Amino acid sequence: MSQVFESIFSTGFFFSVIRVATPLILASMGAVITSNAGITNIGIEGVMLVSALTGVFASAYGFGPWFGLLISIITGVLCSLAIGYVSMSLKADSALTCIAFNTMAVGGTVYFMYAVVKDKGTTIALNSGKLPSLEIPLIKDIPVLGEILSNHNVVSYMALVMIFVVYVLLYKTPLGLRIRSAGKAPNALSSVGVSFLKTRYIALGISGVLGGMAGAFMSMGYVTWFSKNMTAGRGFIALAADAMGNSTPLGAALSAMLFAIAEALSYALQITTISPELVQMLPYAVTILGLIIYSVKKSSSDKKKREQLAKN
Amino acid sequence: MSSYYKGHPQNLVKDIGYRMKEKVILKVENILKVYPNGIVANRNVNFEVYEGEIHALIGENGAGKSTLMKILFGIETPEEGRIILNGEEVKIENSKKAIGLGIGMVHQHFMLVDSLTIAENIALGNEPKKRGLFIDKAKMIKQAEEYAKKYNFKINVTDKIEDVSVGVKQKTEILKALVRGAKVLILDEPTAVLTPQETRELFAELKTLKKQGHTIIFISHKLNEIMEICDRVTIMRHGTTVETCYVKDTNPQEISNKMVGREIVLHVDKKPAKRGEVCLEANNLVYVNGIGKKMLDGVSLKLRRGEILSVAGVEGNGQAELAEVLTGMKVPINGTIKILGKEIKTFTPATMRGNKVTYIPEDRMRNGCAAKLSIMDNLFTDKIEKYLKLKIFLDRKKMKKQSEELVKDFKVKCSSINNQVQVLSGGNIQKVVAARELTEEAQIIIAEQPTRGIDAGASELIRRKIVEYRDKGAAVLLISADLNEVLELSDSAIVMHNGRINAYFKDTSTLTEEELGYYMLGVKNQSEEEVNAILCEK
Amino acid sequence: MRKVTKMSVNRFNTWFEVLRFLIAIFIAFAISFIIMSFSTDSPFAAIGNLFIGPLTSVRRFSTVLEMMIPLTFAGLAVNVMFKANQFNLSAEGAFFMGALISAILAIYMPGQAKLVLIIAIIAAGIVGSLVCAIPGALKIKWNCSEMVVSLMLNYVMLYFGTYIFNQVARDPNSAYKASYKFRTGVGLSNIIPKTRLHSGIFIMIAFVILTYIFMYKTKWGYKLRMTGSNIHFAKCAGIGVSGVIMSSQLIGGFIAGVGGSVEMLGMYTRFQWSALPGYGFDGVILNIIAKENPAFIPVAAFFVAYLRIGADYMYKQSDVAAEIVSIIEGLVIVLVAATAFLAKFRHRMTTKVSKNMLEAGGAKE
Repeated sequence: MSQVFESIFSTGFFFSVIRVATPLILASMGAVITSNAGITNIGIEGVMLVSALTGVFASAYGFGPWFGLLISIITGVLCSLAIGYVSMSLKADSALTCIAFNTMAVGGTVYFMYAVVKDKGTTIALNSGKLPSLEIPLIKDIPVLGEILSNHNVVSYMALVMIFVVYVLLYKTPLGLRIRSAGKAPNALSSVGVSFLKTRYIALGISGVLGGMAGAFMSMGYVTWFSKNMTAGRGFIALAADAMGNSTPLGAALSAMLFAIAEALSYALQITTISPELVQMLPYAVTILGLIIYSVKKSSSDKKKREQLAKN
Repeated sequence: MSSYYKGHPQNLVKDIGYRMKEKVILKVENILKVYPNGIVANRNVNFEVYEGEIHALIGENGAGKSTLMKILFGIETPEEGRIILNGEEVKIENSKKAIGLGIGMVHQHFMLVDSLTIAENIALGNEPKKRGLFIDKAKMIKQAEEYAKKYNFKINVTDKIEDVSVGVKQKTEILKALVRGAKVLILDEPTAVLTPQETRELFAELKTLKKQGHTIIFISHKLNEIMEICDRVTIMRHGTTVETCYVKDTNPQEISNKMVGREIVLHVDKKPAKRGEVCLEANNLVYVNGIGKKMLDGVSLKLRRGEILSVAGVEGNGQAELAEVLTGMKVPINGTIKILGKEIKTFTPATMRGNKVTYIPEDRMRNGCAAKLSIMDNLFTDKIEKYLKLKIFLDRKKMKKQSEELVKDFKVKCSSINNQVQVLSGGNIQKVVAARELTEEAQIIIAEQPTRGIDAGASELIRRKIVEYRDKGAAVLLISADLNEVLELSDSAIVMHNGRINAYFKDTSTLTEEELGYYMLGVKNQSEEEVNAILCEK
Repeated sequence: MRKVTKMSVNRFNTWFEVLRFLIAIFIAFAISFIIMSFSTDSPFAAIGNLFIGPLTSVRRFSTVLEMMIPLTFAGLAVNVMFKANQFNLSAEGAFFMGALISAILAIYMPGQAKLVLIIAIIAAGIVGSLVCAIPGALKIKWNCSEMVVSLMLNYVMLYFGTYIFNQVARDPNSAYKASYKFRTGVGLSNIIPKTRLHSGIFIMIAFVILTYIFMYKTKWGYKLRMTGSNIHFAKCAGIGVSGVIMSSQLIGGFIAGVGGSVEMLGMYTRFQWSALPGYGFDGVILNIIAKENPAFIPVAAFFVAYLRIGADYMYKQSDVAAEIVSIIEGLVIVLVAATAFLAKFRHRMTTKVSKNMLEAGGAKE
């Protein structure tokens, strides 16, 4: 048992939580933006995957990892807008559109990977490079905390910043006000002469930026290559984190952290006798539980409100 | 009657020369609006609004008021006609343009974001900024507060919409329009959702607005309100404007007469009712809706076999809720329902259906059919158990035979009974609904606006069918806002006003539209004993 | 053209749907062809191989049929759940758990082999029902999003299943992650020598017929279609919609569970899945292609399986990655699901057809 505690309460463990949390936080921020605009964007899974691959290609054949990150972001935006075009302008069911897009993403990335590097598994043969890690001055010298917080990949820091950025965007800017209105009451937007369709496109575009960053981290930070279906459902987790966090940036980020802890725990516990599968299962089960608690609360508060009104 | 002007409104000003000092701010000329389905919503619509007046627009449901207002706010574009604002002809293509021209509209259904504050709702689309990027929250709140103060609106602008009353929501909508510089303010039935206290507050605010030079177009059914705060009134009937006159020169009776004037005389041959036993008995029903308004306030009635009892009333006075309670769609908070003497314990559509209550709902696309399924599928939804083989399998042959008979009997225009319902016209969809609900088994038929929005041919057929099933012994409750229909079809009638029955007519043969109109608008009210006669008669 | 304009609106709609589908397939292939022409010098040969691949040997053609079996089950399972208008994606988890439970029974359950086989399949169905019931129940009771819950539930099932697998069935002597071997005789028999085609195909055919009958010939299917098509109307007509929705999720889960066991007992001798099989999403794809009609699901499954096997052949022959099919599939789905795709053309034609009908006196008073 002491072995378990040792592995959990080590600085290495907390360091790895942040590392594992990075793509989840970024993707869940993307999900927060779209769900605030009234779109359940399951396509974020595919967006991450495609961006991860284009980033690697751009880095290897272009101008290195920073250029790769840029291309990943652009890819993310384009993919998200394509999903928006099909579901909003061509009026296909948005969930179906996203499922179709994810299918295309899983297969399409393998197709192009094989076309370029003649390997269906990974792009390990490409020397695509890695986005740099940053030592944070001052913090790195603090004992324990420094070891946990310093020397992370630059995208990890971006992810933490993004929680704040998305918060400000949603709650402090005109665009955020419009995005939230587009999700809650599109006709309220139309009644003041703002197009809610346009607002939703913008929200999708922003979620594309975040999804693209998440993808870039997967293939140029977490590891230094692209591998088949490497996102492995992280987009879905982001969606669940958004639902569990009630579509608020902080709530979703904390939910994403919970997943990350469970994931890191499952790695750490591999050396013990506790089954890693049960630990891995935990975050998903907790999410379902969280969703239930949230829904129960909501339905009972709605009821109370109605009764209150009836009394008056 | 001399105060009514019967010619072209353009000449109105000439005729009443002593009021020449009034400046016309908005003028509408010869508007024609035809919807894609061929329904003429507006024709020969002419009226003028003076600057700084409260101008009422009154008419029955379907008289074309809402369409006209949508045209003024750029939601619909007219086929013909001119709109002249401040002496210049304008084209209002969309709401943005209307807002730009200084026209504001407060819809009956609020267009607000519940999770945002009042100030945020007011600022939406027009947000004050600081440092180029961020919302200047302080300025936003200050702006909203300033406007609220200027017009004497007593609200707390940092409250969230979801936490405030309907009256405050409406104030927010009005402020939304004012902040955008609205000089002409259109209010679509603003008092329909308000309590009497809130209505009084609203009127005070409207008077303030008027004093500050705003022009208000006030759409309403409620005559007493119009008499109270409006300067002039334009009456609409069957899609066209009938008259414009000064409120102080007229009286409620006259307005009511003009509103309900009958155009097409419709006649359904029917024998006198042979009333039988009491099928349905409702006692003291009370229902409160989702926003806390009492829609049914102690409704009691008895419905007998072989009679058609009409429920007349201006929309929103509880008739829809009465139908929904009687069909099990909504649960009353008080009161009892007895069917054939047996009290109903659980209020669900299934129990009501089990007691042979059938229902032609007002919203046929939502509650009356599955649009993507075939006509045949739609004819058996409530009685599929009677069309089975071996208790499990659908008896297709029997269903097909019955469907073909029904389609023929109800003259549904279709190429086959396998047509999807959604490819049919509105009238034919309603025939399918009626064909399902009007059956031999039905004991109690609740028909809610059965002919609304459908063509004359289909209307006539459905009305004839309702009479036919009455003669076969069903008890019919007909809820209708169409006075023609009420007078032609019903044997007895009640009128609902503010969630209560305010009149009962045992015999409708001598009843006139004018008389009904007075009760519908609450100009007249019967005494409690007169109303309760419905419960005493055998 | 005269013939076209004289037909009824109804027939026109059917005809139009078929045409739209063909156009969608054509566009999907055209785009894929363009993509392929970037990665190979002989795109024509490659696409030719894609088309003829499955026909080049009995074995390959039989692989198409083998693949079609689980796909059809997935399609039917999703069909029953979708028809109630529930976007429940837990067929995936139900498939996995069904396969696992049948494998465990096939390893440990004593008794006559044929009996064990039948019990294993039924048990898998029951487990599948339970899995798919969870999102349905949460939706009905508390209005939780069935989609998010089912996505999460699939992973819960994967890890929970893997845990059980490790605890009770894993063969420590196996070089890779696999269970003990199934008992001899507990498996679906092979029906064509030298292929892996197994008698599960008959179970599949039975399920297609049963699902079709259920959906269109029984009162339950009738109520289910009503509820899915317009829940307000169904309620208003006295149908108990919660019960209908719940039972549809149970039935869908049952089909998925059975599908998992048929695949496991037909194609494998040990349980060796370490990831979700992906049939849940495939089921969605098939339903779009089949227009949510259970009778067309095996056809759609054949189409998808044929494409995938053809692509595999193309990969071996022309060195173009087989995964191009997922792009074709995705494009077909998107175009078929996009209601606005060709909508203007349709509207113009419908108006014309209606007018013609009126003129021809087809719509008499």
